[in-house]
Amino acid sequence: MEKKSVKGWIYILPSVLIMCVFTLYPLIRAILMSFSENYSLIKGTGTAFGLGNYQELFTDKYFLKAIRNTSIYVVFVVPLSITFSLIIAVLINNSGKLKGLFQTVYFLPYVTSVIAIGIVWRWIYNSQYGLLNYFLGLFGISPIGWLNETQYSLPALIIFSIWKSMAFDILIFLAGLQTISKDVYDAAKVDSTPAWRVFFRITVPGIAPMIAYAFIMGIISAFKVYNEVFSLFKGSAGPANSAITVVYYIYDQFYNNFNYGVAAAAAVVLFLIILGLTMLQRGISRLVKNKNS
Amino acid sequence: MNKTSTKIKKIIGSIIKYLILTLGALFTILPFVWMILSSLKTSSEIVMAPPTFFPAVPQWSNYVKAWNTAPFARYLLNTVIITLCSTCGVIVTTILSAFAFSRLNFPGKKLVFSLFLSTLMIPGEMLIITNYITITKLKWIDTYQAMIIPWISSVFYIYLLTQFFMQVPDALYLAAKVDKCSDFKYMIKIMVPMNKQAIITIAILNIISSWNSFLWPLLVTNSDEMRVLSTGLVQFQTEAGASYELIMAASCILVMPIIIIYLFLRKYIIEGVTRSGLKG
Repeated sequence: MEKKSVKGWIYILPSVLIMCVFTLYPLIRAILMSFSENYSLIKGTGTAFGLGNYQELFTDKYFLKAIRNTSIYVVFVVPLSITFSLIIAVLINNSGKLKGLFQTVYFLPYVTSVIAIGIVWRWIYNSQYGLLNYFLGLFGISPIGWLNETQYSLPALIIFSIWKSMAFDILIFLAGLQTISKDVYDAAKVDSTPAWRVFFRITVPGIAPMIAYAFIMGIISAFKVYNEVFSLFKGSAGPANSAITVVYYIYDQFYNNFNYGVAAAAAVVLFLIILGLTMLQRGISRLVKNKNS
Repeated sequence: MNKTSTKIKKIIGSIIKYLILTLGALFTILPFVWMILSSLKTSSEIVMAPPTFFPAVPQWSNYVKAWNTAPFARYLLNTVIITLCSTCGVIVTTILSAFAFSRLNFPGKKLVFSLFLSTLMIPGEMLIITNYITITKLKWIDTYQAMIIPWISSVFYIYLLTQFFMQVPDALYLAAKVDKCSDFKYMIKIMVPMNKQAIITIAILNIISSWNSFLWPLLVTNSDEMRVLSTGLVQFQTEAGASYELIMAASCILVMPIIIIYLFLRKYIIEGVTRSGLKG
């Protein structure tokens, strides 16, 4: 290495500036805002410092609903997406020449605009003319008001989200499968081990780190869901806010209700949750690395 | 006997395998297919129950109609401007920072780098409200710079490229130093060409996320002329009411360019996302 010189600072200056103005400053400001009561945008301060916003937040039934919805969402989307993706990834990995084609198709949802494809799903969910109710009708199920009945809005969001998140999970698992040595599979073949056993004894432990990663990333992205809700319910959070999410709540409090302090408090709670999950993820990956070495 | 039975088992196994894969693939592309088919139907075909799958005569005019009903040309132009500018910005700031972190030695380097990395834990969604206030204070509402400047640097891409730059052997740098090659020249002439693939991957990933961005452009723009395709589509949806064939055509306009890029450059994209996914 060379001698220390300030020249390096010139190279990182643009990034440092952007980071200070659009990441660090807003972070500190959001934290301060969350403790300021009756925050006024014009004055830039509140009337007093305190925990009032947090009190309001944790007694607001919509925030509690957002947390509850996110929990339900996590419980369904994350394990289902991971299970399906695992099966599909293993099958793709064994599909010879068609591997590239299947990989291309299954990854498609990842690159497309959530807003546009959400509008398409909205059309598929249409209770009168939608494709989904038509298919269900073939099995004798009468039309379901996916987007206008409170008990179906969350399931509608969950199905759409599984469709969307499988793309990433499959990709990660496919990458993980490449790291399992072929010899292990060959040995299993010689012993004529049944396929299900190979799957649970070799494949799943082999890509355990990727499964853990997909799991935590799935939870993190569940807490950030916004565009999916916006496009499915045409800007609302579903009938009677039945599909409200944490980010939707923050945005709504801020932009529509001008309740800045509470919006900031919700943002800080979101930050803490994601911070905790990221730490957990790093802990797990360190654990895996230590175990392997 | 035993041999034939294992053979049959194998055949059944591969039939099941391809059946699952095909069904899954159909489920994945169904919304895309349905979007395209719906965009080509007449206004009476689209509200047929039970739905018809294929339009009797493809109504290409729906695209013209949608295009002319809302200023989609303007939305497209805005989206292209924002995508190109932010991507160029990201490339420049990422190369500069990655070079500094991997090659140069400056006071506070370790501290700044770990500070950079720790910002990865901050969800962007959390910063949106306070950044909105900043943009208002700067009087940048309804401007291009509001949609570009906050996005011209990405810690994540810096981290990614730094790792690539670190793999370039020290010997090259020392040799360049002997030849009295300046740091900047070394970066442009050696580091950048050697890591062309990684830089292209970062550019493509940034193009996709910039093209698809929604909440931020929605917040910082008010006027119709400043809308991008995603926010314009949402606006169009409210205006078009029940004309679902037009809404589907408009959705196609937003989705298709990225799908085309994806089909041509999928190697870069898949590799890039895999690499970024496995950073942990």
